[in-house]
Amino acid sequence: MNISGQEFIFGCSAIGAGLAVIAGIGPGVGQGIAAGHAAAAVGRNPGAKSDVTSTMLLGQAVAETTGLYGLLIAMLLLFVKPFT
Amino acid sequence: MNGVLLASDVNFMIKGIFSYQLFGNTVWITTTHVSLLIVLLLFAVFSICAHHVIVNADPYEKPGTFQNIVELMVEMLDNMITGCMGKSAPKFLGYISTLFAFILVSNISGLLGLRPPTADYGVTFPLGVITFCLIFFNKIKHQGVGGFIKGLCDPWPIWAPINIIGDLAVPVSISLRLFANILSGTVMMALVYGLLTKIAWGWPGFLHLYFDLFSGAIQTYVFCMLTMTYVSDAIGE
Repeated sequence: MNISGQEFIFGCSAIGAGLAVIAGIGPGVGQGIAAGHAAAAVGRNPGAKSDVTSTMLLGQAVAETTGLYGLLIAMLLLFVKPFT
Repeated sequence: MNGVLLASDVNFMIKGIFSYQLFGNTVWITTTHVSLLIVLLLFAVFSICAHHVIVNADPYEKPGTFQNIVELMVEMLDNMITGCMGKSAPKFLGYISTLFAFILVSNISGLLGLRPPTADYGVTFPLGVITFCLIFFNKIKHQGVGGFIKGLCDPWPIWAPINIIGDLAVPVSISLRLFANILSGTVMMALVYGLLTKIAWGWPGFLHLYFDLFSGAIQTYVFCMLTMTYVSDAIGE
């Protein structure tokens, strides 16, 4: 089987993109923990539900950033093809 | 050559529509410009109607539907900004409200079949830079140059380079967050429509609900909240 240099780079880019998306594990765990604690907080003090929810969403969105960086790298590798 | 299957079928990239020469450089008008223009036109029409209704409102009459909606929106933004910034809220009310409305309409313009303008880093990065300038300006204004330098050398002076990098990372991270969220939604919808063409009817509506409406609204809220938090931190009260 003959593989040209170009195709080899595409394949390696795809593997790299797959590896980069592993970054999604961390934010998933972190957001789950944040949501769990927020649920506990609402259970303890149902009156503060709206405050707790907005704080949780803000924190989750900030925690999501690292996962999005991984996604961005994967997209750059797959669609922009910087190494060809 | 057509090495990657996805790249050939799926179509979510920014496309140039026509080019012109400016000082010897080729400049492209892209889909981002077009959807930005449409969003701003919608925005302008809405604003003119809202202004007309509010100016001609009779305080002794029952408010109509449209007037109620406009008042509801303004009240909501007012509450959000006052709750976050406290005493310095009135100065930033105009900017943050405009920012909120613009990003929200841009994010949910995917529902209209446009490519959301915020899925272009050239749109979100300037917003991040404006936030950075606001932070910098307010820090200098309220803490003075001495306070600014003291804030840079916070624990010890040797910490200054790390603090400078941390300050410079703010616009990049704040704009990348918005950009990547909206881009991921756009790519996801393009994948659904590009690869599942045969069975993509009806149910992508729920995906639109999540990726365009929910995610867009959350990211709008987060961008504005972070801007307000950073700025009120720089004002320091």
